[in-house]
Amino acid sequence: MEKALLSGNEAVARGAYEGGCLLAAAYPGTPSTEILENIRNYKEIYCEWSVNEKVAFEVAFGAALAGARSLCAMKHVGLNVAADPLFSSAYIGVNAGFLIITCDDPGMHSSQNEQDNRFYSLFAKIPVLCPSDSQEAKELVIKGFEISEEFDIPVIIRMTTRVSHCKSVVTLGERKEIKIKGYKKDESKTNLLPQFARKRHILLEEKLERLKEYSNNFPYNKFYKGNDDLLVVADGVAYQYAREAFKDASFLKLTMVYPFPDKFVSDICKNFKEIIVCEEVDPFIEFHLKSLGFKVKGKEILPKTDELSVDKINVFIKKEEKKEKPINLPKRPPALCPGCPHIGTFYLLQKKDYIITGDIGCYTLGTLAPHYAMDSCVCMGASITLAQGIEKVVRKIDDKRPIIAVIGDSTFFHMGIPGLLNMVYNKSNIIVFILDNETTGMTGHQDHPGTGRTLMGKETKKVLVEEMAKACGVEKVFVLNPYKIKENRKVLDNLLKEGGPAVVVMREPCIFLKKPKKAKEVAIELCTGCRLCLRLGCPAISFENKKAKINKNFCIGCEMCIEVCPKGAIR
Amino acid sequence: MKEEVTNIVVCGIGGQGVLLFSDILGEVAMEKGYDVKKSEVKGMAQRGGSVISHLRFGNKVYSPLIPLKKADFIVSMEKTEAVRYLDYLKEEGILITDEIIIPPLPVLVGEENFDFTTLDIYLKERVKKLYYLPAQKIAEQLGNVRVSNMVLMGFLSQFLPFEVDDYFKVMVRNIKKDYLKINQDAFLKGREFYS
Repeated sequence: MEKALLSGNEAVARGAYEGGCLLAAAYPGTPSTEILENIRNYKEIYCEWSVNEKVAFEVAFGAALAGARSLCAMKHVGLNVAADPLFSSAYIGVNAGFLIITCDDPGMHSSQNEQDNRFYSLFAKIPVLCPSDSQEAKELVIKGFEISEEFDIPVIIRMTTRVSHCKSVVTLGERKEIKIKGYKKDESKTNLLPQFARKRHILLEEKLERLKEYSNNFPYNKFYKGNDDLLVVADGVAYQYAREAFKDASFLKLTMVYPFPDKFVSDICKNFKEIIVCEEVDPFIEFHLKSLGFKVKGKEILPKTDELSVDKINVFIKKEEKKEKPINLPKRPPALCPGCPHIGTFYLLQKKDYIITGDIGCYTLGTLAPHYAMDSCVCMGASITLAQGIEKVVRKIDDKRPIIAVIGDSTFFHMGIPGLLNMVYNKSNIIVFILDNETTGMTGHQDHPGTGRTLMGKETKKVLVEEMAKACGVEKVFVLNPYKIKENRKVLDNLLKEGGPAVVVMREPCIFLKKPKKAKEVAIELCTGCRLCLRLGCPAISFENKKAKINKNFCIGCEMCIEVCPKGAIR
Repeated sequence: MKEEVTNIVVCGIGGQGVLLFSDILGEVAMEKGYDVKKSEVKGMAQRGGSVISHLRFGNKVYSPLIPLKKADFIVSMEKTEAVRYLDYLKEEGILITDEIIIPPLPVLVGEENFDFTTLDIYLKERVKKLYYLPAQKIAEQLGNVRVSNMVLMGFLSQFLPFEVDDYFKVMVRNIKKDYLKINQDAFLKGREFYS
C-alpha cells in the first residue's frame, strides 16, 4: 500500500478525502491552517476560506443538514467564535457526517491562550476524538463521520500543535464516494423553537447514554499490558511522550475521552495500585477518573501550563535534574520582515503619547522592540471595541490622549466590522488604522474577501476595506501608503487636530506578494550615526562602527529608511 | 525491541530552509522503510525567528520531539543557533554548523549586547565532533545563497546509511524543477567537503 510522510493536518485532509467529505470550510489560524490548504488539492471536495469561524461552522453544518459529509476546521480560540452554533448543533444533530476539527495550541506557539477544547465536548455535549499521530488523525476523521451518522450528532476531532504539525508515516487508501441525501424539511429537528428544543434536549441525553456504551467498546481506546506496578493513562500526543518516558509501564491510551468510557477504564484501573495520568494542559481525564473513585496522580505533579515532553515527564515525575545553561544567548524572537509595510505604520505611532489597542496578526509584533507601538492584544476584532470602552472612561477624567485601534485587513473582515459599526452608532471618537497588506499574512498568505480570489482559485468580487468602512457610516476615510512616512505624519497630525472618528487604511501588499526592488546602500560619509533608521526595526538595517549598514541580501528596496534618514545618507 | 532511533536536530533562522531540509531527510528515511517522526513549530516564527526541527527515524518512534541529550546530530544553518540548541546533543554526538553568524534583531538595534566570539570557545569546549562548514559561501558560489541547506545535507549524508540517489529521488518531489539542479549540486559540494 502507498505510504506518505504527512503532517497531522495533511492527514486530516486525506481522511476527509477518503471518507467521502464533500464540503470543508475554515478561517485560517495556526496550527489548523494546512487542513484546508491540503483539502484544496482534492478536487472532489468543495472548500472555502470563510470570513470567520462561526461562518465556517454554519456553512459546513448547513451542508451536513443537506445530507453531505462536511467539516469545519479552526484553531482552538476559533471555536470560541463558533461556540454559538456548536451548542445548537448538538441538539439538532445531522443528516450526514459532520466534523468540527479544533487544533489546540498547548505552549501558545502562536496563540493568545492555551485553552483545552476537550472541555467544549463536555460543555456542548458532543463526542470528541483525540488522535496521537497522523495515521490516527486520518482514520479518526473517517471514523468520526461514521459516528456522526450513526448517532445523529456532530463529532469534534481535537488536534494539538504537535499532532497537527508533526509529520509521521501514513498509509493511503481510496476515496469512498457517499451519495448526497438531499435536504428534507423537518422543523421539529432543525428549528430550535423552545417547544422543539426541549424534545431535542431529551433526545440528546439519550444519544449520549448510547455513546457512552459505544465509547466503552471503541477500538481506539486501547490497553497495552506492561508491568503490574504502574498504569499510565494518556491521550493525544501526551501518550507518545509517556510511552517513551515510562518504558515498562502498562498503558491505557484513550482516544474517545467524551463520553468517557467509564466501564472500560474502571475494569483496567482497578487492577493497579499506582496510576499516573499524562495529559496536556487541563486535567480532563484525571477529573473523570477521580469522579469514578480512583486515586490517580496527575496535575499535582505534572504542569497545568505549556506542552508536555519526554523531558518534562522525566523532570516532574522522575525528578531528574534540569541543568541551567552556562551561556546567556541573545534571544531571536520573530520579527517583522525586512521592508514589511507594517514597519512604516509603527514608525508613525511609536514614541508618542497615544493609547493604542491592537489586534491579531503579524502586526501584533508591533508591541515589541523597537516599535513599542501596541498596548493590547485580546482576541480577533477587539482593537476597535476596546478602544471605545477606554475612550468612554478616560475622557471622563480629562485624559486627552489620542486613542488609536490597529487591525489587519483579514482580521477586520473576520470580526472588525461589527465593532466599527458600533463605533459610529455609539458616537466614539477614535481612529482606526486598518493595515491592509492584501492577504492573511501571519498564517501564510490566505485569500479573504478583500483579495478578489477564493480558496479554490476562482475570481470573485473584491471588497475594499474603505468601502466597508464607509458603509458602516464612517465619514473620514483615508487610504495611505505606509512606506510614505513623511506624508503620513502630516495626515495623522492633521487628523489628530481635527478629531475622528476616522478610518485610516494603510495599503501596501505583504513583501511575499511582490518582487523585491534594488537594495539600498548607506553613504558612509553622510551617515552621522543618529540611529533613527534603526528605530524602524527593519532586520535589513544594522549598526557597524557607529554607522548604519544595510544587508543587501535582506533589503527589498522599500525606501522607508530613506524617508526617515535626516541626512539623505541612504540611496 | 531494540531501541535504535536516530535523532537529528535541524536548526537555524526562519527563511533559511530548515523545514525543507527535514522534510527531505524524513522522506528519504521513510522510503528506506523506517518509521519517521518530524516536528517543528510554524506560525508566528516567520523570517528572522529561531527555528528548530526535530527528525527521528528507527523501527518505532513514539515522541515527535527529541529528548535533551539524545540527538545523534545537530545540523545548524547559523552558529548562534547551534549553541542555542546544543543541549540536545549526545555526549558523542556530531555537530555540523555553517560558520556564519547572524546577530538577532535585539542585538542589531542595540537593545542587547553579545560577544559572538564566545560561541567558538563554547562549542569547542563541549563538542568533540565539531564541523564548521562554509555552506553559505559555497551556496553563493553556486549562485543562490538559499541552497546552503543542501550543502549541509550533503555533508551530513556522509554519516547516514542512505545513498546519494535516495536523496535525489526525494528532491524531485519537493523542489521546483527550475531549482532542482542547483540544489543537487549544492548537496554534492557539501558531500565532497567531507574528506
